[in-house]
Amino acid sequence: MKTEPRILFNALWKGVILFLLANLLFAALQPGGLSRVSVYHSVFPGRERLPFGENIQRSYNLSLYDLDAMFASLALRPEKPADEFRVLVVGDSSVWGTLLRNDETLPGQLDALGLTACDGRQVRVYNLGYPTMSLTKDLMLIERAAAYQPDLIIWPVTLQSFPRSLQLESPIAANNRAEIIRLTKKYGLVLDTAGLPEATFWERTIIGQRRALADLARLQLLALPWAATGIDQDYPESYTPAARDLESDASFAGLSGPELPADALAWDVLRAGMAAAGQTPVLLVNEPILISRGDNSDVRYNFFYPRWAYDAYRAQLAEMAAAEGWDYLDLWNAVPEERFTNSAVHLDPQGVGMMVELLAPRLTCDR
Amino acid sequence: MGLTQILVFAAASLLARLLFRPGGYARAWGWLLLIGSALAIFWLQPAVPIRNFDFYFPTATLTLAVLGWALTAPAETRGARENWIAGGVLAGVVLAVALTRHLSLNGLLTPTRPPQTWTVLAVLAAAALISWLLARFTRPGARMMTAGVAALILLFALVKTPALAQVAAGGLRGLMGQDAGLAQATDLRWLGFSYVAFRLIHTLRDRAAGRLPAVTLREYLTYVIFFPAFTAGPIDRLERFLKDLRAPAPLDADSAANAGRRLLTGLFQKFVVADALALMSLNASNAGQVQGAGWLWLLLLAYSLQIYFDFAGYTDIAIGLGRLLGVRLPENFNHPYRKPNLTQFWNNWHMSLTQWFRAYVFNPLTRALRSRGSLPVWAIVLITQLATMLLIGLWHGVTPGFVLWGLWHGLGLFVHNRWSDWIKPRAAVLNASPLLAAVLPPLSTALTFVYVSLGWVWFALPDAGLAARTLLRLFGIG
Repeated sequence: MKTEPRILFNALWKGVILFLLANLLFAALQPGGLSRVSVYHSVFPGRERLPFGENIQRSYNLSLYDLDAMFASLALRPEKPADEFRVLVVGDSSVWGTLLRNDETLPGQLDALGLTACDGRQVRVYNLGYPTMSLTKDLMLIERAAAYQPDLIIWPVTLQSFPRSLQLESPIAANNRAEIIRLTKKYGLVLDTAGLPEATFWERTIIGQRRALADLARLQLLALPWAATGIDQDYPESYTPAARDLESDASFAGLSGPELPADALAWDVLRAGMAAAGQTPVLLVNEPILISRGDNSDVRYNFFYPRWAYDAYRAQLAEMAAAEGWDYLDLWNAVPEERFTNSAVHLDPQGVGMMVELLAPRLTCDR
Repeated sequence: MGLTQILVFAAASLLARLLFRPGGYARAWGWLLLIGSALAIFWLQPAVPIRNFDFYFPTATLTLAVLGWALTAPAETRGARENWIAGGVLAGVVLAVALTRHLSLNGLLTPTRPPQTWTVLAVLAAAALISWLLARFTRPGARMMTAGVAALILLFALVKTPALAQVAAGGLRGLMGQDAGLAQATDLRWLGFSYVAFRLIHTLRDRAAGRLPAVTLREYLTYVIFFPAFTAGPIDRLERFLKDLRAPAPLDADSAANAGRRLLTGLFQKFVVADALALMSLNASNAGQVQGAGWLWLLLLAYSLQIYFDFAGYTDIAIGLGRLLGVRLPENFNHPYRKPNLTQFWNNWHMSLTQWFRAYVFNPLTRALRSRGSLPVWAIVLITQLATMLLIGLWHGVTPGFVLWGLWHGLGLFVHNRWSDWIKPRAAVLNASPLLAAVLPPLSTALTFVYVSLGWVWFALPDAGLAARTLLRLFGIG
């Protein structure tokens, strides 16, 4: 059958008009429901930790900024069995478990203990950690955690998550402008949200959102290799160990000490996090750090922290926890140097096990 | 070909067809196709770790093509004025690409800065001298053709055998002043060489058999490096290609719609379906990590579909671009996974490659074995099927995995051939049963698909040991 030029031209211009209309509609309506459509739980099992990864082909995982899609991919569901005592662990990469398999992470090892809570319910522990250090990022996660009926939230923190200047540096915070502004208003946070870019109309169209849409599709496609292998990060054959020999530089986040001004750290965000948990008890944990014995270890504990800053932070955190009546556990020196892997806060499975021994009694009547 | 390159090629082809009506400017159109293709192969060549070889590989392709013509062209036509012009135009294109080193637009036509101009001039002079010597002092006899084929096969083995390729890469690195100790087999990423070699062998063999039409250097070069089919085929035949080159099909609404449909289908198959399936396909990383046979089957299914959509997508793109330029490239895929047996699968999968092997390996070998008269039919079938499929495997790479993949299919084709012979006299009995008549065709198709998919395990996993373990794990063993 011959195609007339007119038919060809008509098909072309109608196609272009339809595509433009679809873009305009998408930009105007911003169909957020799309993010909650997930093959996880329906076709494939849910993930045991939030999606994060750079090498898609090896990790069967990827980093995206769509919180709805990320939570929809988790094994954690809003419904909770009556006999479950639900514990959610929020935090940074040390909770998420860089270089660790799911059963080696802090939540994984706590869950594997098969603990029974004081009221007889079975303790189930879920991983809500996410790599990148920012209390504001943790606050976003705790706010969402409320929908999952937690009975206890464990919140390991470290000084690197506190500097006010770094709060919005975490890509997931920087790319969730509306959520950050909402939290800033709700809790009266002192955060410079003016620097967060607002999406233009063009950026809200299908073309403008193509990266986010492609990431959403990729997350669904990666459900098969994740389910088939149980692997969700790239485990390199070797890695560069965290530095033990340190620079003599004593500065921290632009400060040179010896005083650590209270407004340099985002204490308001920490308070907001504790408040966001509502009636759910929170166990605040100062997580273990690598205490080096190498060069200049009299100046610094590790790559992240000069001694003056970290000591001041610990004192201020303990003081605030006592003043606020928070349940607080300081585990800063609970793990020996050799149990740290590629960062001053990343532990190997044995190191995590030491932490677990100290935390487990808090989940039962043994405390 | 990346998405950007495909879109640029499509737009440029369309524009060229609108500006140059081949009917009105037949000769100009021919020159435009040659110059466009020569520039395109430089642009398509990816970066390589050996210094300047993103420039020298396309230059070597063009040199090989000129040598192929010098060997095959009838002696009396070699000195024609147009051929000298074609050689000059080609040298001009290479020199023009080399001169882009003086522009501050790195990556304009080559991924890295082209080599020094005087080096390029020396290389061009050497290539011209060899071509002239061949054209001046050789006659297109059977011996020369055989020598040409042998030289191409040797070069092919050098590029496709990992151990040899590593040695060659070390030598080239040393030549370019780089550390030879860092050489890898994968350094020799010579884009399009596999297909160019097959086109050249086709012309050499057909010249030896007296079947090759007389062509000018311009026509021969355009056939060998025609850019839509340069990276992934199809492998056209020279005499068929010539018809379209000399009288391009008009770009009316019907052919434009057809070309657009093939392009869009191809883009969708390659960049949406195949690239999505690639995320969940069987590969060397996940084969050893999968936790159960069921998941392994799913990954293998994804791979089977991925490789089909990837290759069929590229073919559609090539055919679509070809049609924009008035060249009807041959079809390469005809629903191969829907075929009820392995023979039909291979008659419909990468058809231009299988036709090439049928013409130059299977048929001559069958004739040779039959003429001896001492072998039974089944032995002839076994030898010819195994030899042909083994060579098809080796064409993909000289590795144990590809050898085993070839043997897998050779054996499968032999078994199907014997089965067909056995079942033929019993077909009436089978067809008499409505149940069997209804069940057997889909069952045959499913069985063929499973056999082909299992064969992909050898193809997808470069380590033959891992492939063998994976095959066993698919059946719950190990």
